[in-house]
Amino acid sequence: MKVGIVQFPGTNCEYDTQYAFEKLGATTAILWHQETTISDDVDLVVIAGGFSYGDYLRSGAIASKSPIMKAVKAHAEAGKKVLGICNGFQVLTETHMLPGALKRNEHLHFISKHHNLKVANNSNDFLSKFDNSDVVNIPIAHHDGNFFIDEAGLKELYANDQVLLHYCDKDGEISNPNGSVDSIAGICNKEKNIFGLMPHPERAMEDVLGSSDGIKMLEGLM
Amino acid sequence: MTAIINISLKNGVLDSQGKAVHHALDSLHFENVEDVRVGRQVVVKLSSKDEAAAREEVTQMCEDLLANTVIEDYEIEIIA
Repeated sequence: MKVGIVQFPGTNCEYDTQYAFEKLGATTAILWHQETTISDDVDLVVIAGGFSYGDYLRSGAIASKSPIMKAVKAHAEAGKKVLGICNGFQVLTETHMLPGALKRNEHLHFISKHHNLKVANNSNDFLSKFDNSDVVNIPIAHHDGNFFIDEAGLKELYANDQVLLHYCDKDGEISNPNGSVDSIAGICNKEKNIFGLMPHPERAMEDVLGSSDGIKMLEGLM
Repeated sequence: MTAIINISLKNGVLDSQGKAVHHALDSLHFENVEDVRVGRQVVVKLSSKDEAAAREEVTQMCEDLLANTVIEDYEIEIIA
């Protein structure tokens, strides 16, 4: 299993992501943003968190036009898997590889804390190791995590089992930190090979650091 | 030729920054404020001489990069 981790100027979670997947037994490679191809032996591409190109203009907007993203699209079109975490999720919506958009948090603050998430749908690789309604504890750290999609788009997400995670409290009751439509924290595409979420599973790999709930998520992609 | 592009959130998409500014104006006792929208202005200088062609090119820039049309609208003004 080989994981390619995309690095833009301003990415800052690529080495955490590398640590997380190597802990699970994968080999990894960092993919520089100016590369135009991704080697055939890469099974999973992860777009890691951070502030790509300073997030000037809009979060993820300039990164979405970078050379590596054409290669990431081709990788996904070949049926292989892509995961976008935080800034990576923003990049995936900006490239329209995932529907919707990530707006400024409703209360305008940068939020950095552990948050509970409820599994909305486990009929995909990413959450296959969970039961529906399982509650996990994963850190969030974002300014623009307010997921927006119009009503028709939202209906389609539910109809195709594309909603992955909802923000909730420790008892699984919906609790919305950033104003996201329906408290949505993560989604996938219709074909279920492209996944995006605002929370950081790669920061939840060690109990001593607060949570190891990220292990089961990333293992689903192995 | 200069293009002035105003980008703002679509109607129906909650503008949290506009709302916060509205509250601040209320607290300063500006009592006639009905609504505030906060947007972004991009000014692009172009070497083109033809206004219609410039407008077409800038429209493409908005669609490709400058605006996220999932949540934003844009208006273009061309100044010779």
